[in-house]
Amino acid sequence: MGKYIFKRLLIALPVLIGITVIDYLLMTAAGNPLDMISGARVSEAAKAVRAEQLGLNDPIFLQYGRWIWQILHGNFGISLKTRQPVSEMILSHLGPTLLLMGVSLLISFLFTIPFGVYSAVHQYQAGDYLIVGFSFFAMSIPGFFLSLLLIYIFTVRLQLLPSGGMMTLGGGGGFLDLARHMVMPVLVLSVSMTGTNLRYIRSAVLEILGADYLRTAQAKGIGRFRVISRHALRNALIPVITVFGMEIPVLFGGSIIVEQIFNWPGLGLLTMSAILSRDYPVIMAVGLISAVIVLIGNLVTDLLYALADPQVTLT
Amino acid sequence: MRKREEKSSSYIHMIFQRFRRHRMALSGVVILVLITGAAVFAPLLIRYSPLEIVGKFSAPPDQNFLLGTDQSGRDVLARLLYGTRTSLLVGLLATTLSTAIGILLGLVSGYFGGILDMLIMRFTDMVMSFPYILLILVCAAIFEPGLKSIILILGFVDWPGAARLVRGNTLALRESNFVKESRLSGMPRRYLLFSEILPNTLAPVLVYATSVLALSILDEAALSFLGMGVQPPDPSLGNMLNGAQSLTILTSKPWLWIPPGLVIVLLVTAINFIGDALRDALDPASGGGSL
Repeated sequence: MGKYIFKRLLIALPVLIGITVIDYLLMTAAGNPLDMISGARVSEAAKAVRAEQLGLNDPIFLQYGRWIWQILHGNFGISLKTRQPVSEMILSHLGPTLLLMGVSLLISFLFTIPFGVYSAVHQYQAGDYLIVGFSFFAMSIPGFFLSLLLIYIFTVRLQLLPSGGMMTLGGGGGFLDLARHMVMPVLVLSVSMTGTNLRYIRSAVLEILGADYLRTAQAKGIGRFRVISRHALRNALIPVITVFGMEIPVLFGGSIIVEQIFNWPGLGLLTMSAILSRDYPVIMAVGLISAVIVLIGNLVTDLLYALADPQVTLT
Repeated sequence: MRKREEKSSSYIHMIFQRFRRHRMALSGVVILVLITGAAVFAPLLIRYSPLEIVGKFSAPPDQNFLLGTDQSGRDVLARLLYGTRTSLLVGLLATTLSTAIGILLGLVSGYFGGILDMLIMRFTDMVMSFPYILLILVCAAIFEPGLKSIILILGFVDWPGAARLVRGNTLALRESNFVKESRLSGMPRRYLLFSEILPNTLAPVLVYATSVLALSILDEAALSFLGMGVQPPDPSLGNMLNGAQSLTILTSKPWLWIPPGLVIVLLVTAINFIGDALRDALDPASGGGSL
């Protein structure tokens, strides 16, 4: 096991370095950070001084090296817009995003697993059609349109839920207030995750139900419930792990639009405002961190596979 | 030769038969044909131009303007039809581009193997490690927003899935007897790659492309919604929804934003239904059959 992890890390290393290069080049291609401070009142001389300060006149590989060196020391630079250290900004926005994504992931799993299994066990029956139909709908509705519909229904028409933010300003706060703010964004995010996951788990369970060992178990006459709960479900754990692995990139990327619409003070909102104001250090840091998390997620998924399925050999 | 033709026509017939069993997919085809037809023949169906100011500002639907008018007094129905055109165009071109890139990289990677394979696959890993939407947003912020750049961005970001798929198939086909036979009889590499391996991997790639098409249409909508895609005054399904970010439109003028949203949902659902049935028809063993 230890050897396998080491080997996987060795493979991941060049990918990681490549990611930093892409990240850096993309941002360099994006343009000059000096454009941000340009204006009628900024003279060319002031710009030149600023460029010298930021080291923008050095060759690109030197700038890249400097950037990497700082990152290795945990320093992601200073935001061009707010003048705060980027790492501080990310840390303060990380909590709300993790909360939002964690709850959405949990709800989507609580919904997906039983319904996916039900759908497969009752294939071609009314319930199955309903579930598959729902999964297609969930896959096909744009998150932002669903968000707008929800705001229209629950905030504008019914006046039940707040349309954005995390806490009521000036309110007492508390758990209930937070929960009321979370209902709609969590609903949108879990619907968007549920679509593909439902179909994936359904077809995986169908495949398991068609396998020979299940026919044997059934032929032994141990009863339908025990066949499904003891033999089928354990093997269905593997597709659940796959789905978990697929959700990790969504965890970071998927929230950008939803956080923007619901004004949720998380990483997505930070990223979007950084993109709009061309705040490169922030975009670079978010891109890099999320890519690293995806890499780690892939590794964890592979390890979980090995734990769930003894047939998977780690080589 | 004759026998071979018969065989291939019966293969297509079989696929068609299997496809027809999917009622949802058939309704998907009907919806897709209707929407595409309405978009393509928009100039014949509608009196107004999508860019011309023809009525009052933000008038609710009436006999004259079936879906009302927008904030500048343009016909919403005309903008909806022309916007669907734009969205379909972006989806089709972006999917074509990304599938072509994916096929090329996948073929090269799977056929030649070795260091080339390793380089291409590691690069694929890198692109896949960035959160997809973040990559698109950053690219959209870099380039001048517009129709052309959004097609190019989606096309150049969406290829890794197709590349992996084609690579896997190529690896298997390279070792198959008929390809080995052709290689031994000295057929040129070009022939092996494009006349023997490619046609045999095309069916799954086309099925995969339907899901890319659905995704591209969704992405165009999201980008244009955020104001980073197709730019007004040109309509697209996404930028018609852009106005709904303002509370007055969201609250009191639902005819401006609900129709384009519904068209996106219908269009993408139809494409997903068709893709699912195609996947099933081409390879009944794969999905376990859904509807």
